[in-house]
Amino acid sequence: MLGRDEDILKAAEDWSKAGRGVALATVVETWGSAPRPVGSNLVIDSDGNFLGSVSGGCVEGAVVTEAIDVIDSGKPKVLEFGVADETAWQVGLSCGGTIRVYVEKVS
Amino acid sequence: MKLDILHTLNTERAARRAVVVVTDIDSGAQRLIKATEADKDPLAETIDKRLRMGKSGMEDTAQGRVFLTVHVPSPKLVITGAVHISQALAPIAQMLGYDVTIVDPRTAFASKERFPDVKVLAEWPDVALPPLNVDRYTAFVACTHDPKIDDPALLHALARDCFYIGALGSRKTHAKRNERLKAAGISDADFARIHAPIGLDIGAISPAEIAVSIMGEIVQSLRQKPARPAKAEAA
Repeated sequence: MLGRDEDILKAAEDWSKAGRGVALATVVETWGSAPRPVGSNLVIDSDGNFLGSVSGGCVEGAVVTEAIDVIDSGKPKVLEFGVADETAWQVGLSCGGTIRVYVEKVS
Repeated sequence: MKLDILHTLNTERAARRAVVVVTDIDSGAQRLIKATEADKDPLAETIDKRLRMGKSGMEDTAQGRVFLTVHVPSPKLVITGAVHISQALAPIAQMLGYDVTIVDPRTAFASKERFPDVKVLAEWPDVALPPLNVDRYTAFVACTHDPKIDDPALLHALARDCFYIGALGSRKTHAKRNERLKAAGISDADFARIHAPIGLDIGAISPAEIAVSIMGEIVQSLRQKPARPAKAEAA
């Protein structure tokens, strides 16, 4: 299986040890139909490289952008994407669910 | 996440030990709790429940809203006996996400033709079992009816603290098994951990129905029983 959780968390550790700026995004809450379950991870580096997923590819772009901010500031963020959210419409969480994603820096 | 927490998390996962990470998503404060030390945590009850369900999620606690990331090893199922019941039990368990291995030294039974999609080891348990890393996230089912094969495997499963141990056979067969395993040094408490007659009482008759009743009992053991602290780490 591709991108299993342990591979993602191992990548987060390896990337950080290699001196890259790294953020970890985790799905912490979902409502309605959500593509990835609570606990799903996406690891992002400061160059925008990423591994894993927090949705079916719908909001990863937005999460990566926010994650780069988190790597710079060091402050964790909670992001919400859903049908009621204008940003979500733009990036398109087409399944109609809502997800909340916690983004933290690995340091 | 602090790099040292991440490192411990990855180390524990690689060793197939359960851990929970508690994160205050407002402050970013975070701690890692090993399953074996969960009873000392202020959130012991919540952590125990989450560990049993193997489910991450938000929780309202006295310390505010926190996110619990639960990491439990994926369950394994080891079966002795490449028999008719195993032909049904293996695919059912795989559908439930179990990593299944069947051990049977009788090559006529343990054939690829009979088990096209399952790992089958045509070896005696004393050879086949040690490399399988049987642990407390493993369910063990003895299905051969042959004490030469089932007994050593049951002793191994008991020593490794499997979360479920079941053995096929009537009450009479099980009484004889009791005598043999006691002679081998097993305590009453350990012997009582063996589910026999095996499976939930659903009136199962066909091999596939018996497989369903066994799988139901395995799921029940995994999800309903309180997580027991692991015995002293098996060598």
